[in-house]
Amino acid sequence: MSEHARNAEPPVMPLALRIKASPSYRTFKAQFWDDNPLFRQILGVCSALAVTNLVKNTLVMCAAVTLVTACSSCLYALIRNATPARTRLLVQMLIIASLVIVVHLFLGAYMFAVSEQIGAYVGLIITNCLVLGRVEAFATKNGPWLSFVDGFAAGCGYSLVLLLVSLPREILGFGSLCGLAAVPESMPRWNIMVMAPAGFFGLAVVIWVCRGLQLRAQASKARPGGK
Amino acid sequence: MPDVSPFVILFAAVFTNNILLVYFLGMCSFIAVSNTVPTALGLGAAVTFVSVLTAAAGWPVYHLVLVPLGLEYLQFIVFIVLIAALVQFVEMVIERTSQTLYVNLGIFLPLITVNCAILGLCLFMVSWSYGFLQSLAWGAGSGIGWFVAVVALAGLRQKIRFSKVPPALEGAGITIVVAGTMAMAFMGFAGMVAIR
Repeated sequence: MSEHARNAEPPVMPLALRIKASPSYRTFKAQFWDDNPLFRQILGVCSALAVTNLVKNTLVMCAAVTLVTACSSCLYALIRNATPARTRLLVQMLIIASLVIVVHLFLGAYMFAVSEQIGAYVGLIITNCLVLGRVEAFATKNGPWLSFVDGFAAGCGYSLVLLLVSLPREILGFGSLCGLAAVPESMPRWNIMVMAPAGFFGLAVVIWVCRGLQLRAQASKARPGGK
Repeated sequence: MPDVSPFVILFAAVFTNNILLVYFLGMCSFIAVSNTVPTALGLGAAVTFVSVLTAAAGWPVYHLVLVPLGLEYLQFIVFIVLIAALVQFVEMVIERTSQTLYVNLGIFLPLITVNCAILGLCLFMVSWSYGFLQSLAWGAGSGIGWFVAVVALAGLRQKIRFSKVPPALEGAGITIVVAGTMAMAFMGFAGMVAIR
């Protein structure tokens, strides 16, 4: 597939265009923005809300989810032709669970404080619909490299939203950023930002803004002559 | 083991420590099936049932099998296989007893397996080192809490259908705003009981 696409391209294409035309780039962009797992497909919401009150926890969680999604997609794509259709869910779950165990043990060994706080949510990556969704929807039909890119992009799209939610929550709620003081002591802390409802509202605002941007882009594309 | 009465845990799991509105677990199916009240009732009941069974089966498996063998790190795989088996069982029961409910729940019935609320309650009961009765109460309470939240949201969403929602917020967006408002309402219960 990639071999064919490379041959079909004219030889003097500029690099930027050649990157844009490659299947890897299109796969990445589709998951990162156009069909972003969180604000288009509403997958993986649970952890998006639970870990976003501290930026540091969010970063660790994002790295874990991106790694698990990319690796499980890639691994499943490698054995997709050898797996009978009836047992594929079981195989997928086992791959994901094994990777999550690796991540969990790694966090427990090297980042114990973070692991104590978000440990249960790391385990819950197994049931994060984002991971299983990408494996089932993409890796069952595509090769290992593209599946890896797809999973990685889905993870990055997820991380983008999580960071957007977590930055205001930590800055306003704790007055800090990654544990460092960010706003003066005299400013009152917004306790609500640390608690559950702010997670919901933060995610809703991010969905609103991102969907709004997408809808506007579609509208201006549909009408020639700009806005 | 924290010395808390199972009744307190049951109450707390429904109100102050609602698995959905405080721990954000089980959001995907919560957003997907809360369109109409009857479907929400059916799925809520199924989730409650599975969560009680999972807590009842998960506690002995963890404390009587995994801990003596020193295999705690396998808890994720063991719990997920256990949940999958229980969901399969519930699916068979519903198919035999209520064909309409079976058709209405459709794909969401097998998806209870990947409902993070169920796996989440197992992981929480293990990490808080609850005893058997406490785990049972926690499982039942979490299931009921999820049930209450999903049915309430379904009722609200039936009303939202007649309101004017900004186009970019339609569907999941506005549902999350409503869920946030519900979470705020449930904060009113906070501090009544402590279970950890």
